[in-house]
Amino acid sequence: MAQTPKIAVAMTVNGQDVSARLEARTLLVQYLREGLRLTGTHVGCDTSQCGACVVHVDGKAVKSCTILASQCEGAQVMTIEGLAHGDKLHPMQEAFREHHGLQCGFCTPGMIMTAVDIAQRLGTPDEHTIREELEGNICRCTGYHNIVKAIDAGCQEMAKGQHRQAAE
Amino acid sequence: MYAFTYLRPGSVRGASKALATKENAKLLAGGQTLLPTMKQRLASPDHIVDLSQIDDLKNIEQKGRRIVIGAMATHASVASSALVRDNIPALAALAGGIGDPAVRHRGTIGGSVANNDPAADYPAAVLALGATIHTNKRKIAADEFFAGLFTTALEEDEVITKITFPMPSRAAYQKFRNPASRYALVGVFVAKRGRDIRVTVTGAGSNGVFRWSAAEAALSKRFSVKSLEGLSISASGLNGDIHASPEYRAHLIAVMTARAVAAA
Ligand SMILES: Cc1cc2nc3c(=O)[nH]c(=O)nc-3n(C[C@H](O)[C@H](O)[C@H](O)COP(=O)(O)OP(=O)(O)OC[C@H]3O[C@@H](n4cnc5c(N)ncnc54)[C@H](O)[C@@H]3O)c2cc1C
Ligand code: FES
Ligand code: FES
Repeated sequence: MAQTPKIAVAMTVNGQDVSARLEARTLLVQYLREGLRLTGTHVGCDTSQCGACVVHVDGKAVKSCTILASQCEGAQVMTIEGLAHGDKLHPMQEAFREHHGLQCGFCTPGMIMTAVDIAQRLGTPDEHTIREELEGNICRCTGYHNIVKAIDAGCQEMAKGQHRQAAE
Repeated sequence: MYAFTYLRPGSVRGASKALATKENAKLLAGGQTLLPTMKQRLASPDHIVDLSQIDDLKNIEQKGRRIVIGAMATHASVASSALVRDNIPALAALAGGIGDPAVRHRGTIGGSVANNDPAADYPAAVLALGATIHTNKRKIAADEFFAGLFTTALEEDEVITKITFPMPSRAAYQKFRNPASRYALVGVFVAKRGRDIRVTVTGAGSNGVFRWSAAEAALSKRFSVKSLEGLSISASGLNGDIHASPEYRAHLIAVMTARAVAAA
């Protein structure tokens, strides 16, 4: 096939400025996984339905398989790799471990990125709301029970952290 | 996905010009319909015209007794807008029930209305509320806009800029979701504004969104669930697929209409 022209794209990923020349058709998830080797973000479907690829773009959960890298020009992107502080897991990651919110782990990065987005938007939602909010994240293993428990606990922890921050 | 050339104009005029002059060009709004379609190679535009850098397309404002929503306003921003929630709560609730949170963070009202998917939610609201679609060229009344499956009155180089919604005195949307895709198997929007009563149906019509005039006439006598008693709609002209037969959809239309009136 003829070489397709490339375009310059620059964004911030997990706090680091990155730039590349990419084919226009490059999806954000392709750039993250293949360009930046950030393989924590997964691809579970071809139809924008599974949510394994969820990352944050400018602070909002989006499906990185359904946005072009070039649409993220100048954006702040956060992936699962950006959540922990060194060896210290993010409270939502810790909650998934504590509550056994995963089995094979394939859906987990997307679940956790969605969960952090839920906490940021809704604070400490009830169980029913958490289940509704997970509409775009599919898990083929767990049956969701422990995921919901983990998100509930993670939201509580994040809210406490906010109070601590506010008090300081 | 096939290769394409990516364009990011800074104005509506620039976007329209690109549509008119570039071969096989398509607008990109939230990309929540277009990109999945391109990934499946069901669409293969040569030029993609990204609207995201045209800032004033995202505004939501009040003008007299109307709410004006920019074409690039996302489902999430409509759902959480205080203006929309206070004045047309049924519209905010509808937007908050589209897809999932990630889809709502990207998908836009303009993209949904331009796409006119027969199972999309927004067309039901636009038609029931008697909204007006503004483009770079003209204003189009909702009754003139939707023209069948995935078809609208838009011309090739026409860009939706905003949609104005008159405020109803009562309105509600009821969606019966397909348990797998969560799109509407049947969705009914009921709106009352003065003496104008509209009942619109999405998800069911083989020609896309439509008004159920018999229900509108019945409700004009008295806006109450009682007025709908015994009223049914014929299954001919309704969709049938593995999810629901035309007869089942006809039944659901009556049920969802009654629920919408009760909720309005
Ligand atoms: C998993 C999933 C679940 C979904 N569930 C639902 C649901 O329950 N209900 C529902 O209604 N929808 C649903 N959708 C579709 C979603 O609402 C889309 O956001 C919407 O249909 C298209 O909006 P967009 O901004 O993403 O448009 P795009 O995908 O960017 O564009 C769609 C079409 O509109 C054209 N277009 C875009 N903007 C304009 C404009 N301003 N002027 C003229 N033409 C324009 C484009 O050229 C393209 O042809 C779902 C999508 C996904 C991926
Ligand atoms: S990979 Fe399935 S939604 Fe993105
Ligand atoms: S843990 Fe295996 S898919 Fe969710």
